[in-house]
Amino acid sequence: MRIGIPAEKNAGEKRVATVPEVVEKLIKLGFQVAIESGAGDQANCNDDSYRAAGAEIIEGAAKLWAESDIVFKVAVPTSAEVEMMREGITLIGFIWPAQNPELMQQLAAKKATVLAIDALPRQLSRAQKMDALTSQAGVAGYRAVIEAANAFGRFFNGQITAAGKVPPAKVFIAGAGVAGLAAIGTAAGLGAIVRANDTRAEVADQVKSLGGEFVKVDYEEEGSGGGGYAKVMSEGFQQAQREMYAKQAREVDIIITTALIPGKPAPRLITAEMVQSMKPGSVIVDMAAERGGNCELTVPGEAVVKHGVTIVGYTDLNSRLAKQSSTLYGTNLFRLAEELCKSKDGIINVNMEDDAIRGLTVIKDGEITWPAPAPKLAAVAKPAAAKPATAPAAKGHGSAGAPASAGKIVTIFSVVALLFLLIGAYAPAAFLGHFTVFVLACFVGYMVVWNVTPALHTPLMSVTNAISSIIAIGALVQIAPPTVLGLDRPDGWILWLAVAGIALTAVNMFGGFAVTKRMLSMFRK
Amino acid sequence: MMSSSLTSVAYLGATILFILSLGGLSNPETSRRGNLYGMIGMTIAVLATVFGPRVTMEGLPWIIGAMVVGGSIGLYAARKVQMTQMPELVALMHSLVGLAACLVGFANYIDPMAAVGLSHAEKAIHEIEVYIGILIGAVTFSGSLIAFGKLAGKIGGKPLLIPGRHFLNLIGLVVVIFFGWQFMLADSTYAGLIALTVMTVIALLFGIHMVMAIGGADMPVVVSMLNSYSGWAAAATGFMLNNDLLIVTGALVGSSGAILSYIMCRAMNRNFISVIAGGFGTGGGAPAKTGGDAQPAGEVVAISATETAELLREAKSVIIVPGYGMAVAQAQHVVNEITQVLREKGVNVRFGIHPVAGRMPGHMNVLLAEAKVPYDIVMEMDELNEDFPDTDVSIVIGANDIVNPAAQEEPGSPIAGMPVLEVWKAKTSIVMKRSMASGYAGVDNPLFYKENNRMLFGDAKKMLDEVLVALKA
Repeated sequence: MRIGIPAEKNAGEKRVATVPEVVEKLIKLGFQVAIESGAGDQANCNDDSYRAAGAEIIEGAAKLWAESDIVFKVAVPTSAEVEMMREGITLIGFIWPAQNPELMQQLAAKKATVLAIDALPRQLSRAQKMDALTSQAGVAGYRAVIEAANAFGRFFNGQITAAGKVPPAKVFIAGAGVAGLAAIGTAAGLGAIVRANDTRAEVADQVKSLGGEFVKVDYEEEGSGGGGYAKVMSEGFQQAQREMYAKQAREVDIIITTALIPGKPAPRLITAEMVQSMKPGSVIVDMAAERGGNCELTVPGEAVVKHGVTIVGYTDLNSRLAKQSSTLYGTNLFRLAEELCKSKDGIINVNMEDDAIRGLTVIKDGEITWPAPAPKLAAVAKPAAAKPATAPAAKGHGSAGAPASAGKIVTIFSVVALLFLLIGAYAPAAFLGHFTVFVLACFVGYMVVWNVTPALHTPLMSVTNAISSIIAIGALVQIAPPTVLGLDRPDGWILWLAVAGIALTAVNMFGGFAVTKRMLSMFRK
Repeated sequence: MMSSSLTSVAYLGATILFILSLGGLSNPETSRRGNLYGMIGMTIAVLATVFGPRVTMEGLPWIIGAMVVGGSIGLYAARKVQMTQMPELVALMHSLVGLAACLVGFANYIDPMAAVGLSHAEKAIHEIEVYIGILIGAVTFSGSLIAFGKLAGKIGGKPLLIPGRHFLNLIGLVVVIFFGWQFMLADSTYAGLIALTVMTVIALLFGIHMVMAIGGADMPVVVSMLNSYSGWAAAATGFMLNNDLLIVTGALVGSSGAILSYIMCRAMNRNFISVIAGGFGTGGGAPAKTGGDAQPAGEVVAISATETAELLREAKSVIIVPGYGMAVAQAQHVVNEITQVLREKGVNVRFGIHPVAGRMPGHMNVLLAEAKVPYDIVMEMDELNEDFPDTDVSIVIGANDIVNPAAQEEPGSPIAGMPVLEVWKAKTSIVMKRSMASGYAGVDNPLFYKENNRMLFGDAKKMLDEVLVALKA
């Protein structure tokens, strides 16, 4: 099949959906690749380099759209592009189906199959290689620091020179998602003192690992846990958070904000007063500018100076690093192509049984399939992250399994029903009581164990082993039961069997728990 | 003395604590509390039984005596055991539960009180319960002993495949069912005992045969499966004694063990049924084919400890893949020291853990945790398999089958399709091994012959010590 790469038409968009290095890999997968002439010019990939990699160069968008079976895009397609599209095409790129319902209708009318890279179920570990949101956020975080350095009038690193002492710049980063973490690493690499904050306490270690200092909000409230980020923090917390930001604003030279909540305007973190309180010459880079900005004074798309503070509100940070963004994005799409074309014969198979592919696919053969059902089990424990950028991958074992087919379920249910019918017909009532308890307990065991982390398999086995010594109860009740008159009971035999049983299980009972305890005491972070 | 209702309530409490215990064990944060719940639950259950209506005070000295003897042996074993011998210990302990289930079953059968006041149908069900309880107990007992032998290296790891073994098992099953029938019809306790004994012997043989036929590489699954059996044995005993606590707890252990085995099988891309049926593949009675016809081409290049240290020093990112060899050599502490030295130098060191590395699920995690390797650099296979191409050095410490490229490259290989860690994709891979012998699965490893692979022969601990010295120099 032929993959087409059109030139991006949106104003200011300099990225391209694939780069020559990736073209070679796509061809190895069995695809043909066609590039619109000039598509990569702004990302430092000229037509010749694509041609050298084995791609065909096509003049004009109309011809490209008409002749491609699959189209890779970066920006959300415009209506003009949808017009050029031929029916039954497969489109892969950013779609944002929630924000663009009309576009979805238009695409569906074209009988297209659309994979929205922004709809990727990011909590699946194996989806990470296709996670374009993450790769792009990382680039943007880096660029944000570079923009800040550009607007900032001093060095980042502290120096003691013959010409005097230079203090290091202090950088505060709000939000330690992927972009935030990339910014922390970059700023620390330039020698600045970096502080960062995030409502999730667990990212503190990641911040430290990149050379930043984690600033806590002086208020006890769990930001993640059950509700995770989606949960609105309490008024008391927000008050404390505002105070912390105000304090940081007075102290630092540079603030980079990255706070986003999906589907909502960006939270207002930096007020006009805070900007006023900053030292003249300070810089704010507002990475949430596109969604209204984390700073009250941000002008989206522009860098403005207010109260002596430069406020950078560029919304095209990725295009300002077009080659890097395109390379990473191209690789993400290549990984997706690998998943779609496991046979490596250049034919894609949109396998709706696969959790990752199912999540990505927002339109299948003209039928809107968005939103995808949550991937089962794995997603249950996942907090609905407001900064999904750093959502750690769920490790539930349930994630890999596809739901059983309807036929299979029917068979299982009918077999079980038959079994129950038989038992119900013949078994005495007393047995049924025990049987109920037994079946329910089996289910509880299944539910409880299904999500165990692999690291704990051995301790779990050891503890279940210890618990299975509950069989001691069986021996205990036999050792010296209240006597019933008129029965000839071989007491001696039973006594010795029971004593042996108790001794054996006692080995297991004490040994099992002790060994588990010993093992668990070794686990540490 | 407690009343019968009080005992029931105590049992309910114990049940809840057991459920919390298993639930707690599924997460590192709550695992210690989980173990504590288990202990409290067990204490409550035992005390409630001892002071409950079904035990008179005459039995108390016996109970205390047996508990003290058994308990001290258990505690002693738990304290003395090396972390690397953990799988053997767990297997051995399963066998004790199996044996206890048998003993309880026999004791219950010869106890005339057990059948007092039962209707005909109830008596029949009771006898089936006794029969099944002893059957499962016996299989668990002998199977666990063999698993123990295999894990401890007292019995060879290769699957023993008797010709027509499925047929033999089938005959065994028929005989067991036949004697079950005889047992139900038996008019005297003596006649019943004969049937029971014959069945027990067959069950013991079946247990031995079953585990003997399973290859060493599948031992983790077997241990977990036997764990499940010991639970079912407890549940069967519970039915026999009309004791809900035993039923619930047995079912919990049984189903959790079964799920765990299933999870592991899936991690190895093996069919659960074919693992239990024994042997590798579905090749009937034929012994598993070693990759003999596809003898890997190429040359084995050895490397010294100093050169290894040199490579590590220049690397930016290193992935360590530990296997059973690390456990045997007790090398986890040296590994941790090397890791720390490298991390101080800014090298990105990570550990790649195959789901079935070692002889027990999570074996490597336990060992690395013991050596205090921070667990955020210990990754699962799926998390870092993609990263090998960007890795400078991958070190395989005493692992073989889990890094065998034949699983991906040779469809005819006995381990074909099993997910493996792709260490050969790193710029250089170093395999530490005592000799060129093949792994537990008995399959030759083409990895050793790859161009970018180096072999560091010798005892893992000794060689790593040398690497550490050279690194610090």
